[in-house]
Amino acid sequence: MAPAATAIADRALIVPNRPRSVIPGFGLTLGYTMLYLSLIVLIPLSATFVRSMGLGYRHFFDVVSSPRVLSALRLSFGAAFVAAAINAVFGLLVAWVLARYVFPFKRFVDALVDLPFALPTAVAGIALTALYAPNGWLGSWLTPLGIQVAFTPLGVVVALTFIGLPFVVRTVQPVLEDLDREVEQAAATLGASPRQTFVRVIMPALWPSLLTGFALAFARAVGEYGSVIFIAGNMPMKSEIAPLLIVTKLEQYDYAGATAIAVVMLLLSFSLMLAINGLQGWALTRHVGR
Amino acid sequence: MDGHVSAECSVPVPRPLRRRWPGGPPRVARLALIGIALAFLGAFVALPLLVVFSQALAKGLIVYFAAVSDPAARAAIGLTLLTAAIAVPLNVVFGVAAAWAIAKFRFRGKSTLITLIDLPFAVSPVIAGLVYILVFGAHGWFGPFLQAHDLHVVFAVPGIVLATVFVTFPFVARELIPVMQAQGKDDEETALSLGATGWQTFWHVTLPNVRWGLFYGVLLCNARAMGEFGAVSVVSGHIRGLTNTMPLHVEILYNEYNYTAAFAVASLLALLALLTLAGKSYLEWRQPELRHAAHQARDRLRRVRS
Repeated sequence: MAPAATAIADRALIVPNRPRSVIPGFGLTLGYTMLYLSLIVLIPLSATFVRSMGLGYRHFFDVVSSPRVLSALRLSFGAAFVAAAINAVFGLLVAWVLARYVFPFKRFVDALVDLPFALPTAVAGIALTALYAPNGWLGSWLTPLGIQVAFTPLGVVVALTFIGLPFVVRTVQPVLEDLDREVEQAAATLGASPRQTFVRVIMPALWPSLLTGFALAFARAVGEYGSVIFIAGNMPMKSEIAPLLIVTKLEQYDYAGATAIAVVMLLLSFSLMLAINGLQGWALTRHVGR
Repeated sequence: MDGHVSAECSVPVPRPLRRRWPGGPPRVARLALIGIALAFLGAFVALPLLVVFSQALAKGLIVYFAAVSDPAARAAIGLTLLTAAIAVPLNVVFGVAAAWAIAKFRFRGKSTLITLIDLPFAVSPVIAGLVYILVFGAHGWFGPFLQAHDLHVVFAVPGIVLATVFVTFPFVARELIPVMQAQGKDDEETALSLGATGWQTFWHVTLPNVRWGLFYGVLLCNARAMGEFGAVSVVSGHIRGLTNTMPLHVEILYNEYNYTAAFAVASLLALLALLTLAGKSYLEWRQPELRHAAHQARDRLRRVRS
């Protein structure tokens, strides 16, 4: 330890203007990080905002408040919200089962949860459509019951549920695994019913991570495109999502319209991201606070 | 402790039930919970995967191989491999640089930088494509310049690569940052004090220490790079045999009602997804802390700040 310390001290003496750390490459790596981040992400993204300012307030507002755009935004955010809520319930259940119970092929099931991350969205889209179409494996069971999934807004919810599932499971699962079982055992020996233990002991510790998972699934689902367009049917005013409307406007060379919708979506997504960051901070203070 | 509990309870309860989780749901409820969870995963995850392979092979192996080896399909496979071969190394270099700066040094604005690196995850893939059209398209910032010099970015391969780089931008960095932070900088300081140069320290000390985290990031980055659809679809122009990646080729075949061929090409992508999951499981088994690495990054950062 002592020779190392002297070496460090010597260096510091020789080069007084050096940053405090002896490790080299700070300027190079941070400089490259900033340059690459600016070139790939920040400057191109700012183009959207600069372009939309060129539109003029009037035109921007006209585009964004047109019934077709409003309906697409409502569907994108509404279906994403419903899908995230479904995932919050079933994702919690899946995380619970994976964290608490032993059953055959558990490792395989655990790995399968990540499939929506790994499967290209276009593949997910055509697979879900084939599955839920009126003549598909599941669709042929649901159609006689009067439930039409493919080519309706319900199909959008199904696709977004698929996309969002891993976010909830993978956020809740580690917290469940870390949860101190002795607290539950204490509650049980003190006479709490299973339901009381769950509501009063487990859920309070779980809320922050569940909410974070919900928000992550929601954020991902809002912008999702590939898995939705196949199953949605894409009828304007009915089952047309906002990202698809951007593509449609681009194909009609309506760059102004596409940019205006993009700016609204970006602003909403960024606020969501800030909220998620805040949530994770809250989750951590709670976690450490315990 | 457990034995103690059951000894004190006078109610005769079967042992296995009491032993695992006192106060927990009885056996029937537990089986029901497992059943519901598996049914949900089956309907939403396992069946879509099965349907891909079943549809791809519906008309037999000959049709399957014909669809996969069709010239347009082969061109799409080639372009997908080329795109990943450019995008992944670019993001690996960036990820290593960013992780080095963030994990080894203290500086102002670190948390803002980490948030900005995650930014592409908050952007819809379609918008990721749109921004490059606004910059490089015919009516974009550099459009006139590019046209004057007969350079093609949008509706050509460079645009596809750029859009892919954008959507896969955070993957390597966000896996590598927490791993490098966990490693600390003692090893590097020792190597440097023993006379190693900066590069030697990086190649022989840092890189071996973080290699599993790096593989993990590359694996996830590659899966997304090969499978990206929305962003690439916007900038591609869909020229068959030229600017069609595998996911775009799947869409074209599907829209032509050529379902068997569409699912045949899709099955290759599904195989890639399965390989990715297998690799991911293997790496998590080798290095269990990788599993939740992304979450730990933020946590550790907050702890440093507070």
